[in-house]
Amino acid sequence: MKVKTLWISLILVALLLGSSVLVGCSEESTPVPAATSPSSISSPTSSPTSSPTSAPSSKLSGKITEAGSTTVQPLAEKLASAFKAKYPKVEITIQGGGSSVGVKSANNGTVDIGAASRELKESEPALVTHCIARDGIAIVVHSSNSVSGLTKEQVRNIFAGSITNWSEVGGPDATIVVVSREEGSGTRAAFEEMVMGKKGPDITNSAIFQPSNGVVKNTVSGTPLSIGFLSFGYLDNTVKALTIDGITCTVENAAQGTYPIVRPLYFLTKEEPEGLVKTFIDFALSADGQAIVEEEGYIKSR
Amino acid sequence: MVSRYFTDRLAKRSITLLGVSSILIMGLIVVFIVHEGMPAFREVGLFNFIFGTEWRPSNGQFGIWTMILGSVAVTLGTLVLVLPLGIGCAILLAELAPFRIRSVLRIIVETIVGIPSVVHGLVGMALFVPFIRNTFGGSGYGILPAILVLTAMVLPTVVSITEDNIRSVPGGYKEGSLALGATHWQTIWHVQLPAARSGIGAAIVLGVGRAVGETMAMIMVIGNSPVVPHSILSQARTLTGNIAVEIMYATGLHESALFATGVVLLVLIMIINSCAFILARKGKSYA
Repeated sequence: MKVKTLWISLILVALLLGSSVLVGCSEESTPVPAATSPSSISSPTSSPTSSPTSAPSSKLSGKITEAGSTTVQPLAEKLASAFKAKYPKVEITIQGGGSSVGVKSANNGTVDIGAASRELKESEPALVTHCIARDGIAIVVHSSNSVSGLTKEQVRNIFAGSITNWSEVGGPDATIVVVSREEGSGTRAAFEEMVMGKKGPDITNSAIFQPSNGVVKNTVSGTPLSIGFLSFGYLDNTVKALTIDGITCTVENAAQGTYPIVRPLYFLTKEEPEGLVKTFIDFALSADGQAIVEEEGYIKSR
Repeated sequence: MVSRYFTDRLAKRSITLLGVSSILIMGLIVVFIVHEGMPAFREVGLFNFIFGTEWRPSNGQFGIWTMILGSVAVTLGTLVLVLPLGIGCAILLAELAPFRIRSVLRIIVETIVGIPSVVHGLVGMALFVPFIRNTFGGSGYGILPAILVLTAMVLPTVVSITEDNIRSVPGGYKEGSLALGATHWQTIWHVQLPAARSGIGAAIVLGVGRAVGETMAMIMVIGNSPVVPHSILSQARTLTGNIAVEIMYATGLHESALFATGVVLLVLIMIINSCAFILARKGKSYA
């Protein structure tokens, strides 16, 4: 009799444990869906400002969590490790997830700092934006392509699917292979906003859709007659970057504001930052932080 | 005195516990997927979701008909290639090839089963896509390279299961047929294959299941365009590819729609498995 009850209770405990683990998973996935390799789980109770600002800088300690844009992620990681070198007692967690996740988690307080690689949309909550850097988007074609420049208008029509042959823009008589990022990508959202226009046409669904900047680059470099868009950080000599409206695609032109497709990279906070979070954001905007920005191939914030 | 009785009960209970937990885990996964997909079904409507041909999450358009067509096209195309190749190769291994060739071939087949799908995708991207682009024009990405890659992936499974089934046909059938004056080929075609029918059917359905479920290799070669495929060369998107390509940055209703895609996929797999079940039962009554 006793053995039986023991077993039944054991089964119940096991089932409860099993189900609670599953339920726990489902709850966790809501704020940060498919965050890329979270190095540590941010506890919801961690306060954004956990250290007194009056303390001497070497004794600054506490925890900062950041999540969002995967374009900002490598830069944020570099900034974080430089910051940690300065203040060894500070712990910074950087996660991916995408710009939308950055906006969402900064707004609901899951993280101290959200990251976005595009302007906030009207449908999204108003957050405090800190432009830590800027990034150009290059329009790239296969290196064998005879076309070396397009106007923004032509790029728009090509991606909308109304120009389908290279001969219409001064190239060979051949069908254009459009390569785009998938829905939800921050790079795509920035491209749509700056090239397609806020109320402009959609990117044609006949395009090839690839899930990352790296795959877009490989697809364009391997497909003659293709065209795609890439973050400046991914440019190399395997693809050919086009001049847009006659402006060469270089970091200098983008920094001066002549190259027309440049997007901001944002740190987002719900309120004006204070304490440790403010120190970190100020560090990103300082000369040291901006030196890292340039080292990583991005454009200084101002 | 206690121990024998107790051990017996312990074993029984442990097995029950393990069994119940595994069923529970599977059940919870299904419940979770359906629960997450529910908002999309409610918001978009089941009919519009399944039969809608526009997939534009940023405009609130969630129709997965193009992807259902994409998955079906790729699977049917694979089947057309796998059926003759798979059964032919299985007959060769089971009946015709000399022992030495047979063992070498079997090692090759079994090794291919173990190759991860991303490697198949890589081969497809580096080999099939440029080949198709140079031969037929266009981008090279599309249904045809997807079919070729899938065939390479599914074939070994179908071959080895079919071979096992041909082998497991009782020797008496073959001897009887030969004794009655039938040729070797007549014996294979009219006696051994029909007798192994149920197993071959199961092998093919298993292959179909794998074809419908394959993700990584597909997104690498098919182009992922959510359009109605109009030819074997046109680009397409599969149901699995839709989830894999977009889940990274999807939030809100978009994310829910991807889970709803998973529900449709689940139902599709259930239908396929039921076919396998029915096929297996029919085959048994025949043999």
